[in-house]
Amino acid sequence: MAVETAAPSTKQIARRRRFFSKQDKVTLGFFIGIPTFLHLSLVWIPAIATIALSFTYWTGIRLEDIVWAGTANYENIFFNTPIFWEAIRVNTIWLLWFFFIATPLGVLLAYQIDREIRGHKIYQSAYFLPVVLSLAVTGIIWNFLLRPDGFVNGLLGLPISEAVSFFGDDRYNIWVIMIMASWRHIGYIMLLYLAGLKAVDSALREAATIDGATEWQSFRKVVFPAMRPVNIIVIVITIIESLRAFDMVYIIYGSSGGLPILGVLVFNNIAGEGASMKGAAYAVILFLLSIVPIITYLQQQFSEDNK
Amino acid sequence: MTTMIKIPENKTKKKLHAQQIKDRIISIFIGIFALVWVFPIVWTLWSSLRPYAEIRAGGVFSPPQELGIFNYTEAMERMDLPLYFANTALITLPAVFLILLFGSLIAFVVTRYSFRFNVAMLLLFTAGNMLPPQLVFIPVFKMYLALGDLFGDRRLLYDNHWGVVLIHVAFQMGFATFVLSSYMKTIPKEISESAMVDGASVFTHYFRVMLPLLRPPLASLGVLMITWIYNDFFWALVLMSNDSKRPITSALGRLQGEFVTDYNLLAAGAMIAALPTLIVFFVLRKQFVGGLTLGSTKG
Repeated sequence: MAVETAAPSTKQIARRRRFFSKQDKVTLGFFIGIPTFLHLSLVWIPAIATIALSFTYWTGIRLEDIVWAGTANYENIFFNTPIFWEAIRVNTIWLLWFFFIATPLGVLLAYQIDREIRGHKIYQSAYFLPVVLSLAVTGIIWNFLLRPDGFVNGLLGLPISEAVSFFGDDRYNIWVIMIMASWRHIGYIMLLYLAGLKAVDSALREAATIDGATEWQSFRKVVFPAMRPVNIIVIVITIIESLRAFDMVYIIYGSSGGLPILGVLVFNNIAGEGASMKGAAYAVILFLLSIVPIITYLQQQFSEDNK
Repeated sequence: MTTMIKIPENKTKKKLHAQQIKDRIISIFIGIFALVWVFPIVWTLWSSLRPYAEIRAGGVFSPPQELGIFNYTEAMERMDLPLYFANTALITLPAVFLILLFGSLIAFVVTRYSFRFNVAMLLLFTAGNMLPPQLVFIPVFKMYLALGDLFGDRRLLYDNHWGVVLIHVAFQMGFATFVLSSYMKTIPKEISESAMVDGASVFTHYFRVMLPLLRPPLASLGVLMITWIYNDFFWALVLMSNDSKRPITSALGRLQGEFVTDYNLLAAGAMIAALPTLIVFFVLRKQFVGGLTLGSTKG
């Protein structure tokens, strides 16, 4: 962004701007105006409106029907909605799993593939394949493996009547979902990290190897610190993805709450004509939880720009 | 990489050799893991080629007696897949076109002309892109209904593919702006300056000078956006009430409930639905990967 702020060029352009013809001014107005109008009216204004609405009761679409509710919606969620806390628990497990297992695996894969081990090109495509599929398709594919008459139960040799209900049984369901989510997440992280690794000067690593550093040492001491910007992005993505998870759980459980997560809770309270402002409060909570990663991301991107 | 450096000492050579063996083991390990990775897809593909009745009768591991694409032809007909594909196209194509147009316009003005609000503008768009969709849904939904009532047609935007297009455009435009502006900063200023000295209008400057230079990032971004919007589930689910208008990804959810009695047919449907993105991935892999990493590393 700093491109224009260098002292001489600012002056030059300021001088030049006076020469804009009327037609140019109109063109610029349209170029900026239409997209900005669309963005503000469909993203920012609704976002602010939702925050305001979370303190009200409102059904229907007439503005006169809005009734001030104070913090009632939030109190309702925090004190009278046990499923909210269950959802928080599941989302926390999701986050921890992604953070300590899926993301590190993606990074590890990227590192090995970047070293151009044998078959790295095929491996790269294989791991990346699930990322291309929609979560709806992913849900169907995994259901295939885990159904009562599916592959895994077949492998366990269980007849349908005794089959393990992987999605229904509380002992397994969250871990099954974690594996499914990781199936996608690992490939995604791998790709992001690979792109970052390509940018790390290979001379650095060679130097480390010549100095007798082991593979692990050269990764931890040389590569990892050099990857700081990508590391931050990867962490932000990990957090945001685990907070916003929705599609896959919805595809498998619908709105039944078989596995409560925040994304589905918000959906249940806002979808269709039965939208209640409790849903708005849920959405605000989701937003507040993701505000730190969002700001971190923006800081990372914009501070790098100013260098 | 390490093998390319010639170092005369024996010690280093031995070390390199040990490293090669280690690499081989790592490669095999990652290879086995990769097979596990693609297995769910391969298994679904395999099942989709068999009649469900066979599995009911003989179990999942029964040897196939009948193999063919019958599930596919049946899925195309019974699931109305051509209709859903058409719905998807009606949403995806205009949305991607508008995202690229608007994103490049904002990026163009912000990077080529100096305004006091350049950074603020970029920040606004980038941050907007990161807001959770759920946070904006309720007002958008009510706004669509109210606008529809205002013009005497409730389905002007709600339950209409244009409504879904607009919300995708409003959201993803932020990402496009961010990516394209970081690309445009790498294009030398002199090009713009000489265009202006030659008396090119803002309009010509954008369409004739900048746009042709933006082809590579536009291609990457376009491929990525197509995949994203194609795979979107949330917006089409909440902004449409009539199932026959929904795009294929959202329709799959309902089909899953409806065809639960013939799972292999559903598998064929899922495979067909996945096909466009798979084709995009394999044919335009470079653009796809480029697009995905544009935002994070500013490729």
